[in-house]
Amino acid sequence: MKEKKNKEYLLQGNEACVEGALYAGCNFFGGYPITPSTEIAELLAQKLPKRGGVFIQMEDEIAGLAVVLGASVAGAKAMTATSGPGFSLMQEHIGYAYMTEIPAVIVNVMRGGPSTGLPTLPSQSDFMQARYGIHGDYYPIVLVPASVPESFSFTVRAFNLAETFLTPVVILLDEIIGHMREKIVIPPDPPIEVVSRQMPKVPPEWFYPYELTPSGISPRPPFGRGYRYNITGLTHDISGYPTSVPKEIREKLDKLKRKIMNKADEISRYDTEFTEDARELIVAVGSVSRVCRFVVRELRKKRKKIGLFRPQTLWPFPEKPARELFRRMRRIFVVELNQGQIIREVERFAKSSVPVFGINKYDGELITPEEIIDAIREAEK
Amino acid sequence: MTEQKTVHDYLRQKKKFPTVWCPGCGIGTVMNALIRAISSLGLEKDEIVLVSGIGCSSRMPVYLDFNTLHTTHGRAIAFATGIKLFNPKLKVIVITGDGDGLAIGGNHIIHASRRNIDITTILINNYIYGMTGGQVSPTTPEGDYTYTSPYGNLEPQFDTFRLCDGAGATFFARTTTYHVVQMTTFIKKAIMHKGFSVVEVMSQCPTLYGRLNKCPGPVDQLKMFKEFAVPFAKAEKMTKEELKGKIITGILKEVESPEYTERYWRLVETFKKGSEYEGKD
Repeated sequence: MKEKKNKEYLLQGNEACVEGALYAGCNFFGGYPITPSTEIAELLAQKLPKRGGVFIQMEDEIAGLAVVLGASVAGAKAMTATSGPGFSLMQEHIGYAYMTEIPAVIVNVMRGGPSTGLPTLPSQSDFMQARYGIHGDYYPIVLVPASVPESFSFTVRAFNLAETFLTPVVILLDEIIGHMREKIVIPPDPPIEVVSRQMPKVPPEWFYPYELTPSGISPRPPFGRGYRYNITGLTHDISGYPTSVPKEIREKLDKLKRKIMNKADEISRYDTEFTEDARELIVAVGSVSRVCRFVVRELRKKRKKIGLFRPQTLWPFPEKPARELFRRMRRIFVVELNQGQIIREVERFAKSSVPVFGINKYDGELITPEEIIDAIREAEK
Repeated sequence: MTEQKTVHDYLRQKKKFPTVWCPGCGIGTVMNALIRAISSLGLEKDEIVLVSGIGCSSRMPVYLDFNTLHTTHGRAIAFATGIKLFNPKLKVIVITGDGDGLAIGGNHIIHASRRNIDITTILINNYIYGMTGGQVSPTTPEGDYTYTSPYGNLEPQFDTFRLCDGAGATFFARTTTYHVVQMTTFIKKAIMHKGFSVVEVMSQCPTLYGRLNKCPGPVDQLKMFKEFAVPFAKAEKMTKEELKGKIITGILKEVESPEYTERYWRLVETFKKGSEYEGKD
């Protein structure tokens, strides 16, 4: 192994995402071009063949995720990248990956919607689609980076989570983080651990692809390794065969939920600033959280006891720390580039006596510190 | 000589039979021919991957003791592309139907043909949507009755051969469930063909298509296949008028052309770099 040198670079969020994927061992990319995510595909088209990996541009986003899932079944660490409309087309296969427990990473560089919306302008309006986009019950893992270095490290983590929990993992970049340039050290110092999926510990004759383990995680080998089994999007039993037995249906759906939600505290991450003595709190993620950090620092100069709570995983929502923190607050402000999505989660976890104010912008421009400060003043009147 | 395997050796013992297929359905005949083809080629079960979408035909992989992936409606070929491209050693076979493969999955059959990726597609064409209860499909003949064409189908039929040929598939064969020996031979040839190969098997659906179109018995439909099948060589000498309503059977296309996975991995070899992450290049 060569000595790895940690070097400083000035990279875009999308570029950092690509580097993070390669660091995590991504060896397959399938997708379809869409603004503002295209740099990810372009860079991987250049880099993957050189590293013995596969790049393929498919005929649409539906096939884009399908090819990724096929490769993952064959043993690849596979990913795709898209934006709003493409993410909508991928929903059926996100559900398929969740049901069949196929690991994959899906990057959605959010743009304005609904529909074709604002292809080149920032927005954060896919939070709920990432949570509730598919049909059926669903417990997704969704990461939201707020900087270029996080775009790298969260991508590595997304692969680790996908490989550990055998599930699709979504990264929500917003257009600003995707296209913004910032300093980043690559490879990261200290290094980030890279996880690959487990192989079954039993011989093929004792093997059940969807065994009901306490953790809900049932290791499955790639196709072609002597363990022949069936994968289906139909509700299936432990052997992977379609079932309509009520007990088996319940067990399967419980397994899927348990796998993620029993580990929700481990999966969910967050960041806080000035919250120790805060009586007022701003909740924000992604690019907007950076504006909010500036606002908090400005208001602190004026002796205002205000803090920032920034979920780094949107789903599972960092519920415990949120409840803990929200309880102490006199007011909570939720700043988002949409008409109000995370605010519902915040309201759920805040006591009813704590007023929650939404500060929203959805005109294709990033919210300014002044707009936030004005809105806070207005709320305090 | 290796031990002779029977059809039963390829069926999943744990899977509870009977199949979902109606009595008299043609899909079981195709399953039988597929097993015989794989068996006589001497292929290992572990190197076979069956991929299917949604529909009656797409249920086939579940019963067979291979690596089997039952995917979403219409997308089997896209999933299969990922498997084949990442692990070209696997023999990837797609099982699809006329609705799954030509309507919702039409885009993928076109592009797999264009790429000429080494996947074998067995398209079981029974002229109708069976699993959802008898709706019009892209291959339902004009004027025929289904539950969504109650006054007769107004739409022209898809010609699977012309579609795949035009898009660049390098092997195409058509047969029927009446011609079982021919079917096995064609499937064998398709599996061994390097490139995107399609075997279209015209099959009977007595429960829905037959019943709605005054041909309710499976035997009647098989007799029709026998009567209407015209070998490719003979068809070339017939006029368009004479060929109306006929099924042209045989190997309609078999050409050599660069195969996609081979092309891709040859490109990778030109770089010869390790996959270890050594920082940004």
